[in-house]
Amino acid sequence: MKVAIVVFPGSNCDRDIAWAIKKISGYKPVYLWHKEKNFRNYDLIILPGGFSYGDYLRCGAIGSHSPIMKEIKKRSQNGTKIIGICNGFQILTESKMLPGSLLQNENLKFICKKIYLKVKNNNTFVSKKYKLNEIINVPIAHMEGRYYCSKETLKELENNNQIIFQYCSNNGNIKDTDNPNGSTMNIAGITNLKGNVLGMMPHPERCSEELLGGENGINFFKSIFENIN
Amino acid sequence: MKIKIEVMLRDAILDPQGNTIKKSLNSLGFKNVKSVRQGKLIEIDLNTSSSNKEKKNIEKMCEDVLANSLTEKYKIKFLK
Repeated sequence: MKVAIVVFPGSNCDRDIAWAIKKISGYKPVYLWHKEKNFRNYDLIILPGGFSYGDYLRCGAIGSHSPIMKEIKKRSQNGTKIIGICNGFQILTESKMLPGSLLQNENLKFICKKIYLKVKNNNTFVSKKYKLNEIINVPIAHMEGRYYCSKETLKELENNNQIIFQYCSNNGNIKDTDNPNGSTMNIAGITNLKGNVLGMMPHPERCSEELLGGENGINFFKSIFENIN
Repeated sequence: MKIKIEVMLRDAILDPQGNTIKKSLNSLGFKNVKSVRQGKLIEIDLNTSSSNKEKKNIEKMCEDVLANSLTEKYKIKFLK
């Protein structure tokens, strides 16, 4: 399996995710600088968390115009699997590879804590190893994570099972009180219609070994490797 | 040519910063403040003079980069 991690100026989770992938799968990912235009084929391309271009203007807005993004968009249309975590999710919505947008948290605070997620669709390349409706404990760390989309888009996301993770309580209730950032319908992660592009705000790479305080992210990576191999 | 671009969140979208400013103004005694929306102002100095072609270019700049059309609206003001 060939995995690439894109590094933007300001990315800061690139090494964390490389560590998790290497530890769980044994594969060593390659780093791709955001100015690359010609690169070999990869089974999976990851846009990591961080603050691309300092997140000036809007989070992910300038990153979405990086030279590498044109090629990534093209490859996603040909079926390459793409994952955007946190700032990577923001870049994917800004580049219109995923619908919707991520706005400032409703409480105006940078939220850095562990939250609960419900796996709403376990038939995707990142969630196969989870049970349907399984509750997992994953950290978030963001200031702009309030997922917003139009009513029409929301309907499409629901009808096509594109909502993969939703914020919930420790016993799985999906209520406003368990919505850390004000996201529409507690949405924490979605895929595109084809199912090969995923964006999510929580960080599975930060809970993939006990030393970091949890292992609920391991199945995220195991799902990917099983699916691609 | 100088232009000013005003970018605001669309009306239907919650603006927590605006709400916080509103509450703060009310508590400071400005009781008649009914609502506040906060946006950003971008000033740009261009090497070109005003022309229809240039105006189209500026529109494109707003659509592609400066505003997110899903969540934001913008107004372009041409200065001297």
